Amino acid sequence: MVSLNGNVLFSEVPITIGTEDFSTFIKNAYKFLQTDYSKFFKMDNLSKLAFLAADVLLKKENLNEEEEENNIALIFSNKASSLDTDRKHQAAIENDAEYFPSPAVFVYTLPNICLGEISIKHRLYSENSFFIFDRFNAEHLQLYANSLLRSGKAEKVLCGWVDLDENSYEAFLYLVEKDGEIEHKTEEITRLYNIL
Amino acid sequence: MEGKNGFVKMGKTFVSYNNILGSLGFDSETVVENISKGISGLAKFDDASLLPEPFCASMISSEVIKSEFNKIGDTSKYTKLEQMLILSLKKVIDAADIQLNEKVGLIISTTKGNIDVLEKGNNFLESRAYLSELGKTIKLFFGFKNEAIILSNACVSGILAISAAKRFISEGKYDHVFITSGDLVTKFILSGFNSFQALSAEPCKPYDKNRVGINLGEVAASSLVTSSEENLPKEAVEILGDATCNDANHISGPSRTGEGLFRSVNAVLKEANLNAKEIDYISAHGTATPFNDEMEAIAFSRLKMENVPLNSLKGYFGHTLGASGLLETIVGMHSMKKNILFSSKGFAELGVSKNINIIKTNTPKTLNTFLKTASGFGGCNTAVIFGKINN
Repeated sequence: MVSLNGNVLFSEVPITIGTEDFSTFIKNAYKFLQTDYSKFFKMDNLSKLAFLAADVLLKKENLNEEEEENNIALIFSNKASSLDTDRKHQAAIENDAEYFPSPAVFVYTLPNICLGEISIKHRLYSENSFFIFDRFNAEHLQLYANSLLRSGKAEKVLCGWVDLDENSYEAFLYLVEKDGEIEHKTEEITRLYNIL
Repeated sequence: MEGKNGFVKMGKTFVSYNNILGSLGFDSETVVENISKGISGLAKFDDASLLPEPFCASMISSEVIKSEFNKIGDTSKYTKLEQMLILSLKKVIDAADIQLNEKVGLIISTTKGNIDVLEKGNNFLESRAYLSELGKTIKLFFGFKNEAIILSNACVSGILAISAAKRFISEGKYDHVFITSGDLVTKFILSGFNSFQALSAEPCKPYDKNRVGINLGEVAASSLVTSSEENLPKEAVEILGDATCNDANHISGPSRTGEGLFRSVNAVLKEANLNAKEIDYISAHGTATPFNDEMEAIAFSRLKMENVPLNSLKGYFGHTLGASGLLETIVGMHSMKKNILFSSKGFAELGVSKNINIIKTNTPKTLNTFLKTASGFGGCNTAVIFGKINN
């Protein structure tokens, strides 16, 4: 399921959150969202998930990527780091007889690569950090985003949680800026994370 | 000052007590002494269980780590990386003598953590590969009150950890943050960099005409970042500014124009309120791959920093991944305390298109500021400026 501000944009049938097979889900979501971007198909699963989730929010911002720069920082987090792709690289080197490491896989064995993919697509020359927590940690994301906004290092901050591990996947992103309707507070972020 | 979102501190932040645990020694002073003598921790290995062909790396024997760790804990319960991080961080915590209360944070910087537990035949559970598990292990060993914050942002992680510590302190969350950083030289990492044809079989030669690639290295480096001006060691430095910028160009290759590095250094100079000529020394990234070093030379030339003395420390340690930024900052701190520029080991003849000022021999110079930079996969670049504390 893909939702924006609580409204469901796209859902597989039957509607069961998080139980859809990832490759089917992400392919259909890509088609539905009309994200025409050939590099998408080279990405690993974590990057595909982060990229599409970010695209839903950044599309709404109507960024003029050709003509102007956007100082939107990316502060992402998860639990499983890049383990989904790490396991694939490990499988390629496990047996001496079938030893065949691939640079196209290995490059994705870092969780922050998805931030690079988003930065390339949206021309973001901005701050980016990837944190690992045991569970969604609204407090530290809130503090970090505040620090970037207050110091003028970013005009907006795209924050959130993008986790993919074996058959479960989850992306929860939100955009923070100085003026808006929802107050940027830890309790509110946690509440939104829990209801979505 | 009272900010809109609660208490906000606008005071100074310092990098204080520190430790390096690597093939050149188990404390910063010994490691720096070896660097000053021009000794490298790199050696050639021929170990098919790690890589099918011979390679050059900086490694620490598991047996040596175990015999040290045996004095403080049960070696059967901790992985090699955990033992290294704990040994390193313990020296910093002991020296700092700070009570680990709610105002003390813990940041762990690593790219791959305990990735070796994925190997068949490894004695530890695969769940140890989760970086949050590594965080819990370190937290519990020392009894930190706060959950570990793990930063995994490719090769800028170690320097970005200092930046993150400063930010959490400035937001009033912590008064002190302990950082520990480390990565191992594993089959996982070696095979990956080798698949990129990025490894050099000989000791690496950053910025040199004959450079062919990187060496990998394993190290644990730790430090205290604090808002307190009291009880600082002589090598402590003030963080004058920090910035991270993405190249928005390519996930595995640096920008041809050094865009992200150029922007991050410009941003950090602005925050530190310094111009390019006021930087006394640059501790650069210098991995010794053809593209990376050329990219840095272009960026520093665009920044009009061609004359600032610059070195890469990769010729002493190899590329230590998630630890490199912190490790090289610590060496820079000691360099500044001693007022000496250390030679960029492996460099003989300029092999980049811009005439940058690589340090060829150890040179005495009064140092008041230095710039540390790092660049990594994903297009990330981080720059931090440190200033000497004048007592």
